[in-house]
Amino acid sequence: METTITESRETLTAGTSMDETQGLTYPRIECKNINVSYGDKQAIFDISLPIPDRSVTALIGPSGCGKSTFLRCLNRMNDTIESCKVTGEIIMDGENINDPDIDPVLLRSRVGMVFQKPNPFPKSIFDNIAYGPRIHGLAETREDLDEMVEKSLRRAGLWEEVKDRLSSPGNSLSGGQQQRLCIARAIAVRPEVILMDEPCSALDPVATARIEELIDELRKRYCIVIVTHSMQQAARVSQRTAFFHLGELVEMGETDQIFTNPRERRTEDYITGRFG
Amino acid sequence: MTDAAPAPFRNEKALKRLKKRRAADTRFRFYGMSAIAFALAALSLLIVSILSQAISAATYHVVRYDVVLDPAVIAPAGKDKPADVARNIDGFYNLLRSNLLQTFPDVQGNRLETRELGDLLTRLAVLPVAKSVAANPTQIGQEMTIKVPLNDDLDLYLKGAVSPEARLKLGTVEQGTETAPGRVTLSGPNAFKGLQSLISAQRAEVGDAVDARSILVTSGPATGRVVSMSANSLEMDLLTGSAADYQGARPLARVIALPEAQRNVSDDQIAWTLALKDMGRISRVPHFSLLTHTDSTYPELAGALAAIVGSLLTMLVTAFIAIPVGIFASVYLEEFAPRNRLTEIIEVNINNLAAVPSIVFGLLGAAVFLGFFGLPRSAPLVGGLVLALLTLPTIIIASRAALKSVPPSIRAAALGVGASKMQSVFHHVLPVAGPGIFTGAILGMARALGETAPLLLIGMVAFVADVPGGPTDESTALPVLVYSWATHAERAWEPMTAAVIVILLMFLITMNGIVVFLRRRFERRW
Repeated sequence: METTITESRETLTAGTSMDETQGLTYPRIECKNINVSYGDKQAIFDISLPIPDRSVTALIGPSGCGKSTFLRCLNRMNDTIESCKVTGEIIMDGENINDPDIDPVLLRSRVGMVFQKPNPFPKSIFDNIAYGPRIHGLAETREDLDEMVEKSLRRAGLWEEVKDRLSSPGNSLSGGQQQRLCIARAIAVRPEVILMDEPCSALDPVATARIEELIDELRKRYCIVIVTHSMQQAARVSQRTAFFHLGELVEMGETDQIFTNPRERRTEDYITGRFG
Repeated sequence: MTDAAPAPFRNEKALKRLKKRRAADTRFRFYGMSAIAFALAALSLLIVSILSQAISAATYHVVRYDVVLDPAVIAPAGKDKPADVARNIDGFYNLLRSNLLQTFPDVQGNRLETRELGDLLTRLAVLPVAKSVAANPTQIGQEMTIKVPLNDDLDLYLKGAVSPEARLKLGTVEQGTETAPGRVTLSGPNAFKGLQSLISAQRAEVGDAVDARSILVTSGPATGRVVSMSANSLEMDLLTGSAADYQGARPLARVIALPEAQRNVSDDQIAWTLALKDMGRISRVPHFSLLTHTDSTYPELAGALAAIVGSLLTMLVTAFIAIPVGIFASVYLEEFAPRNRLTEIIEVNINNLAAVPSIVFGLLGAAVFLGFFGLPRSAPLVGGLVLALLTLPTIIIASRAALKSVPPSIRAAALGVGASKMQSVFHHVLPVAGPGIFTGAILGMARALGETAPLLLIGMVAFVADVPGGPTDESTALPVLVYSWATHAERAWEPMTAAVIVILLMFLITMNGIVVFLRRRFERRW
């Protein structure tokens, strides 16, 4: 398994696309018995969920069901919350990334994240993208860095719009552009997994459509986990869907199956709009 | 449900409510505006009163002496090395004093008058002259023009600050005759009628106290004090000059409200000063020595240089300690420290420290830095340390507020691309919080610059005659200089004190200007 991962990482960095039909099915991340509690309050109960590579996994569920908390376990962003305690195993590349010996900084460079609200650094567009490669020492020369920035912006579908004003501040872009900038920033550190926490909730329908197209494009190269409130969005972009309710994983499966033929009553109630 | 008719927009009750609400609005706006007006009025009153006092210290009077630098007086044999000349204050003083005595030969033989004439010149005022001659010894034996400040009381008299004084131009004097030694009678038809009516008007106002007032009649270099008068003739004691100076002139009469016995300046001194002025030997010049001289017991010689340098050195020490320590403490507390009981106690105590009266910090400084560590008294080093302790809480609180205002999404973004906690703080949070932190730091420094009480306790109130060369030299600071000058009894210190306050305010305004600039220049939006 280890060799396969390394291979795929190399092919990725070389920038060649892979055959879409292969390598889809093995789980990129395997979560086993995850429990999360904030102080005395338990937020997630015993969730086990495999996440496949090169596809989009959508996490849906009503507010407060723990889907964002679960997402943040995958790059250990919950570490920054003092009272938060995570137990269980999250296996990636044969290692339990929840182990205290694992460096969360290294983990986060391999598991990128895009947040609900576009949050570019208060710096130039170029520096926004270049920051990650710089701190990880990915670029040796200025040319390398320029190339990396261009490639990331191209993959995020933003290059044509910003190539003439790379030095203007990142916050000068529109909301949708800012979110794509954040995606480009995440891509620039060459992650294998991208986590998206309601990436379109602050955007208008046109910008949302562009981001969704982009997600569809990105899934050829990355393992993507997206939290969304919009069931239409989950249906449009994801291949697999997991439904959370009150901190429990109610049901998971192929997106088509979840939306057309849910096994659980609660799932059906939720997707038909009876609660949530 | 349909019974209740929809309320019409214009019924009596609604209109009444609207009126009430509008009145409340107007009242509130009026309160706010009057509060602001009151604050502005208080501020402008303060500024106007300080400036109007200080403006009189912006210039002062100097007396010109054209003398020959007689080697026998200033560099007698055996004491003619430059170092000796520089120290020969008595020689230079005698040289200038004898020039005064030559100018007013009448005083010869009268010891009191001789002393009073000598008082026009302050002995120590010749020190800069002695130093400059010593530095350039070829001037010895040559003729030289020397300008030396006028005695502070006479300077104040010329500025009109000694006593209210009524002035009146008299009629033409046809004849001035010396009837007895020093006694002159002036005569002219109706020449003194105006003066008579002025005196009777004053008599109506203050009664017989007017008899104690000096009436000085001046024409050219001559001044006399009125003894008696009628409409056509006036008898007076001639203080300086001669009877001939009045012949055919229209003299100027001065009625000085404050009796001679209650003044620091005698009528004679006023007469001599007016004569020197008439000779063109007194000129009013900008008071640069306020910035270039150090402290002195004579107001006309005193300056704030030592205090300015002392304040700068103190601020330097404070800045070097308080700013880095304050920033690191606030970054640690805000970004890294775990939230537990201990950090809570620390937080509460930092807030309490900010409220501790500054004099307590002075006591602490005296006990710890002077008593325990044995650091030198009156030194900017100790002053800086004490003020650093004083400003630390202010800086920490302001910096933490600035750090708190950085949106957490920026921290999350940095962590999300794999930056470590340190990197996220130093690359992203600090640059955004920077202007706020520096605003807090400079405002804290501005507060420290104006602190007096703690410096008094560590001995920075000492009289310092030399510019401090380093942070361990004896020194004083601007607010302390204000304090010590304000406690002097002589009137001349009043405008000098106001002038130092203006210097201090300039420093504060400059610092606040830097704050505004930093905010405008570096404030970022997100």
